[in-house]
Order: sequence, then C-alpha cells, then structure tokens
Amino acid sequence: MTTVERTRFYQVGSWAAGNRLLDPAQASVQADPGRANAITSGHRACQGCGEALAARWVLDTALRVTGGNLVVVNATGCLEVFSTPYPESSWQVAWLHSLFGNAPAVAGGVAAALSAQGRDDVRVVAQAGDGGTVDIGMGCLSGMFERGDDVLFVCYDNGGYMNTGIQRSAATPAYARTATTPIAGTATGNRSGQGKDMARIAMAHRIPYVATATVADLRDLETKVRTAMGLRGARYLHVLVPCPLGWGTPSCDTLRIARLATQCGLFPVFEAVDGVVTAVTPIRHRADVREYLKAQGRYRHLFEPRPRTDLIEAIEAQARRTIDEFGLLAADQTEEARTP
Amino acid sequence: MLDQIEGSRAVARTVAACRPQVIPAYPISPQTHIVEALAEMVAAGELAPARYVTAESEFGALSLAIGASAAGSRTYTATASQGLLFMAEALYNAAGLGLPIVMTVANRAIGAPINIWNDHSDAMSQRDSGWIQLYARDNQHAADLHVLAFRLAEQLSIPVMVCMDGFVLTHAVERVDVPEPSQVDAYLPAYAPRQVLDPAHPYSIGAMVGPEAFTEVKYLAHQHMAAAESALPVLAGELGTILGRDVPGLLAPYRMFGAETVVVVQGSAWGTLADTVDTVRASGSPVGALGLVAYRPFPLQAFRQALAHARRVVVVERAFSLGGGGIVSAELRAALPPGVDLHTAICGLGGRPVTTATLRTLIEQAEAGRLAALSFPDLNTGVIDRELARLREGGHHGPSAENVLRHLHHLTLEGSR
Repeated sequence: MTTVERTRFYQVGSWAAGNRLLDPAQASVQADPGRANAITSGHRACQGCGEALAARWVLDTALRVTGGNLVVVNATGCLEVFSTPYPESSWQVAWLHSLFGNAPAVAGGVAAALSAQGRDDVRVVAQAGDGGTVDIGMGCLSGMFERGDDVLFVCYDNGGYMNTGIQRSAATPAYARTATTPIAGTATGNRSGQGKDMARIAMAHRIPYVATATVADLRDLETKVRTAMGLRGARYLHVLVPCPLGWGTPSCDTLRIARLATQCGLFPVFEAVDGVVTAVTPIRHRADVREYLKAQGRYRHLFEPRPRTDLIEAIEAQARRTIDEFGLLAADQTEEARTP
Repeated sequence: MLDQIEGSRAVARTVAACRPQVIPAYPISPQTHIVEALAEMVAAGELAPARYVTAESEFGALSLAIGASAAGSRTYTATASQGLLFMAEALYNAAGLGLPIVMTVANRAIGAPINIWNDHSDAMSQRDSGWIQLYARDNQHAADLHVLAFRLAEQLSIPVMVCMDGFVLTHAVERVDVPEPSQVDAYLPAYAPRQVLDPAHPYSIGAMVGPEAFTEVKYLAHQHMAAAESALPVLAGELGTILGRDVPGLLAPYRMFGAETVVVVQGSAWGTLADTVDTVRASGSPVGALGLVAYRPFPLQAFRQALAHARRVVVVERAFSLGGGGIVSAELRAALPPGVDLHTAICGLGGRPVTTATLRTLIEQAEAGRLAALSFPDLNTGVIDRELARLREGGHHGPSAENVLRHLHHLTLEGSR
C-alpha cells in the first residue's frame, strides 16, 4: 500500500527521527521541534511504557496530517488513567473519555455529528487498550467497522489488563502468566491458542485499511497513521506495546522486546486494504522464540524450575504458522528458517 | 396540525420539528415506530443535514449519542424496556458528562419473565442515573413534552427521558395536534452547547476525578436537577402559551379542588383515573387526581402544595421495589403533613390494564378506611395460593413462572366446567 522511498542516509543509514539530512517530506513528525504535542510529559505512565510512546507517535502524526483538526476518543484503560487526572491532564487535543466498552461507538457519534455539521475537515481517532478493543469493546467496534464510521480506531495491545493488576484479556498470548491465569499446580498460565486476532477480524469486515505495527519501528507506525488518515471510513490500527510491569521486563527493554516479537514471528507486521493483505514487513534478523520468551517474567514458568519444552514448542509452532501465513521470511531465508 | 395519528408517529414528527442533527438507534429490545418514522424522514432528506445512525445495540446507540452530543449536535434516540437497561452504564455516563440528549422511553416491563407489555419498571430502575424523567399522560402530552425536553435539556445541560406508556400510548391512534415547526422554532433556540469537542479550543472531557472532587461534581449535578424543578413549570407554561393548550410539567392535577382523597398515577392511567374521578365525584365524594409528570427531579414542593388539604392519598404504581414496596409512595411520604393516610397500590404490571373498576374500588376502600398500606388490587390470588402450596411441598419445584401459567390454565379449565 504505502511505498516508502528506500533512501540511504549518509550519517546513520537509518530512519532515526533526528536525521537532519532527510528530505523534509520524509522526516518524522517527532523530528520537528514545532510538532504538536498530543500527550505531554508529566503523565503517570510507568517507565518504559510502550503505550504512552505509541500514543504520542500516533496522535502527533494524526495532528500533523489533519493540520490539528482532530478529535480523540479514549476508552477507559491504562492510557486514560495515567493521562487524565486533573490538573495533570496530558492531552493537548480535543479529547473525550466516556466508558470502557464504548469508544468505537462514541467516536462514531462524533464523526456523525461532524458530518452533520459539515465539518468534514475535522477527523476522529479512537484509542483503547486490548481489553477495550477485543473484549468489552468488541461489539461496538464491530458495529463501527460494519457501519463504516469515519474513524481510525487504534488498539494499543499490551496483552492484558495491566493498570488493574495484570489480568488476562482475550489478547493475552498463550501460556503467559497473569493474575487470572496464575501458575499453580498443573496450571501453566493462559490457555493455549492465540486469542482474538483482531486485525484479521477487522479485515473480515472489509474495511478500507487495517494495519499492525509495534513500538520497535516507530517510523513504520507513523507511516501507517499517515496512510490511515489519508483514507475515509472505518480504519483499524493494531499496535503491539510491551508493558514492563505486566510482561516482567526491564523498562529499558521495551523496544527490544517489541522487536523480538516481530523478529521471532509471533507478531506479524502488515497492512491490508479492503480486507486483503497488501504488504508485510519481512523479518530482517530472525530471532529465536525462546529468546523472546526468556526475556519476560510472564513466561518464567516455561523455563523454571524445569523447562516446559512442550509448551515452548507449541509457541514456536505458532510463530512458524504466522511466518508461513504472512510470508514473513524472504524466499532465501525460508529454507533456513524451516530447518531448526 | 390536528391529526388522527399513532402516538409513535406523532412523537417522531414532533422530534423532527425539533431538528435533531444525529439520531442513533437500535431497532429492537424493544423499539417503537418512532425511529422507523425518523429513519424515513432522514432518508427522504426532510431532516437534512441530520444523520441517522444504525447502532449494533442500545449500549452502542446511546454511546453514539454521547459522542454526537459532545461534538455539539442536537441528539435524539429512543428505546424501551431491556434496551434501556442495556444502556444503563451509558445512561449514567451521559448524565455525568452533562450531555443534553433527549430520549423517548416507551415504558415496558423488565424480564424475567420476558414480557413486552407496558409498565414502568424500565425507567423507574434508572431513577438515579441523573436523567430528568418526564411521564406523558396521553399522546398529546407525549408530543408536547418532547419540545419541552429539548429546551430543558439544552438550557441545563442535562439529558431528558420522555416516558410514554408502551403500546397504550406508542401504538394508540388518537387525535394529536402535532406541534408545528414554526411553533417549535419560536420556543426552542438553536443548540448552543455548554461544552464541545473543538480542535480550535481543545480540552479534556471525561477525565478521572478522585475523592478530592467527586462529591462536589455530584452535588453540582444535584443542583442542576433542583434548577430543573424550578424551570419546568416556567418552561412548560411558556410552551403551553405558544401551543395554546395546557402542558403539565411537574404535576397534572384533575379536579383537585376540595379533594380529600387523592389518587396519584404516572403515565396513561391518568385518563382512566380522570374518568373514575368524574364518576365518583358525581356520587358526591370529594376525590381528585394527580398525574406525576416529573419523576426526576421529584416535585416535592408541588406535591406539598397540591396535597396540603388531602386526608388520604392512594399512589397507583406500575412498578415496585421487590422487598420494599411502592417507589413513588416512599418519596411522596415526605410531602405529606402528619395524619394523612398513604396507600400504595401496585397494579398494571406487565401490560395488565388499570381499569376504572380497580381505581373505583381503591377509592372506595380508602374512603372507608379499609385499604391496606400496600395492596395488589388486581392480583390473581388463586394462582398464588396454588404455587405457594406447591412450594411448601419442597423438593424439585421447577420454574415458578411456568408453574403459574400452568395453574392459571387449570383454573381457567375448572372455571369453564
């Protein structure tokens, strides 16, 4: 869908936000000191919070694309709780929080009102965590998709209900330990399976644009927000945001963990237009699923006191299946990948 | 314009005259012809630029309304019964956010047992949701109350429910003088929201409020309700002048002069009660009727004035608090001077009609001092006795509702022999 010019950079050879040699049209919104600051510092997110980082990139980009004509609807959840208690509200945008499970419908109502007022220049972004998206908000979200409300809905997926004490959601990955899927007796954390695959559920609604992203590749996230905001109708963006508290990872490792999730094949990064996958981000440096699991406290029971090889292999099989389904490995890597 | 028209259609046309900009609705659980009529008008372009949004549930419908209202549009929806309960979380939220949404509630019973017919259990269960609740005595009143509702809601930034009896009013075809758009325009100014999601003036709506300010925020909402109690008679009077007819806003009195026995009702039983009062008055008894129009805010002062000379009050309630008793009566007690007898009669539940015979018996028993504090005048005690006897047998008993239906069937068969 989106073609990004593959430019070599003299200084760092990367997409680093601060690269001053980049064509201004390709520069990151975050590289601009004059950027809008949707969510300012001073909020109460944990150190290393993936969600706070992703929300800033998503909304600053949306503000840039819309020239500031943006309304944001927020579901109840970590993001809402850590950002709003007055007088410390971090939001520098027109922002509405209603309930946990209704953000898609509230956003649809805002879009309908703006349309009735002839304010088609004002755009709407709704955001929620994975609980507000795949669990309690799913009915309203499906309704929003089916109606084609002119809303970009962003799910920040940290795989559970984190600010309330790390309970399981339908987006919690297999065998992860949470407060409601504890390790006790023969119990091995969250049940097997891969939860609700919301991006593909969104695609099944044949909405104009669905994409996944992670905080490991913020330029990719930014590009996808730009693409999404360039379209009308119901659009869905699913962003993997590691949670140091809930995942049992050091705060400094958030981006590394997110990158491992994509590079081991467990989290596919892709775009879909009108229900059809149009682009995938291939794995560049294949990572071992075990490395990803070992880095997180929520999977410690898979390795201690004795290794649960059966469960680890089940997760590895899941990664292989995702790699195959999305073609995440380039042709020359595939043979190697299939040979353990 | 005078018309012979179904209640739902009359309300739809009145709402249309109020020019809503966004109408989100869910079609079932259950719904009325109101939203169908509005969908037709929007589709035909008669309400342009209004948007009609088909919701996936009542929770979605009211949530859509919350978004639309917060974005600065006049917003209307309708529901009933289970649908109202499915909205419950969003009801409290809309009121807490101070969004002036207007909603018709076609009052119907709440299951189990499932029952689609009229009583007031649905709206009464949302007493504390922070919505103003107005109950219509007939379809003319229902239509007029919607005009009043938009004005009141927007003046005070509080959502308003207009409650009208399901089927009895919503599906009844009768004479209604549907308010003309010109009359509505003279009464209802363009919507000027007190708060709005505006990128040019961005602020947060719906932030978390902790113990340091929650009580104050709620107290302010209570004050707004008190303001509504003062505003209602004034706004209703103003509307009445424009429409050229009486539009009761707090209470709807009938033949209250010198009334020693006063019967209080909500909703469409008012008409039946007025007829009964005429009959009883003709026999020389000083009886009067009071229709409760505003249930929230509760018109305590108006009741005090109206009941200052009453000797006994009978509150006929089409909903009740299980394990408690009358809902309205419990609050009404505070309005009564010492020595006034208060009786609660629970009847007309789940679509059972409130008849002149029932009302007349209640009045006669109250006058004779033979009416209990709490009574169920239309109760079929035969089936109750049978079911209680069955329960006393103990053991596996089966579902009570189905047992009652079976007893009823047997009693009917026995009666026909």
